[in-house]
Amino acid sequence: MRTVLVIRADLVEAMVAHARADHPDEACGIIAGPEGADRPERFVSMDNAERSPTFYRFDSGEQLRVWREMDDRDEEPAVVYHSHTATEAYPSRTDISYASEPNAHYVLISTRDPERHELRSYRIVEGVVTEEPVRIVPAYASA
Amino acid sequence: MSVTVSIPTIMRTLTGGEKRVQASGATLAAVIDDLETNHAGLRERLLKDGKLNRYVNIYVDDEDVRFTGGLGAQVPENGTVTILPAVAGGAV
Repeated sequence: MRTVLVIRADLVEAMVAHARADHPDEACGIIAGPEGADRPERFVSMDNAERSPTFYRFDSGEQLRVWREMDDRDEEPAVVYHSHTATEAYPSRTDISYASEPNAHYVLISTRDPERHELRSYRIVEGVVTEEPVRIVPAYASA
Repeated sequence: MSVTVSIPTIMRTLTGGEKRVQASGATLAAVIDDLETNHAGLRERLLKDGKLNRYVNIYVDDEDVRFTGGLGAQVPENGTVTILPAVAGGAV
């Protein structure tokens, strides 16, 4: 599957700002988009229930509320993001074992360098990781 | 005894694409057994070695069953069971 993440610049800025704010703990969240459209639109930062520099987990109660809201709005998680605060922006074995949204772009942001973040995107389907290019745009063409 | 079960995207291949299916059972364990009779393969996704799989969250009427009795959690008549993939990971 050849894919690319096309994403608005303000959404990238929101993810990076969240990752920086929670550093040195890992930050996590989603960007919801219309079902089947592959278009991230609505930024939702989530609590890291683990509050850890090496692990993250969505709070299960918050996740239920957010997933139900997406269901009501005919949305899906277009992006699932989290930060690595001391290592590169590449999925760990734990990330791969938990990845369970086949339609999502898994975005990793590394904040290990205080000046320059690293942001990369992957598809993770049935344990197979495929990195994809990220194209940051000011606005979506048709939305 | 009828219960509505919400199925996450990744498991809908086992329910013919359905987002919601009906099942019966007074406890979560019984509901999962009943689901398996109509949607073979679901139990394997929800349980590991007879316990709840840590890669999924299961809620009965919006309560995470990890805090309300696990597989023994009571499921009321016309209750809802929601299955979500747990979203987690980390640097190591």
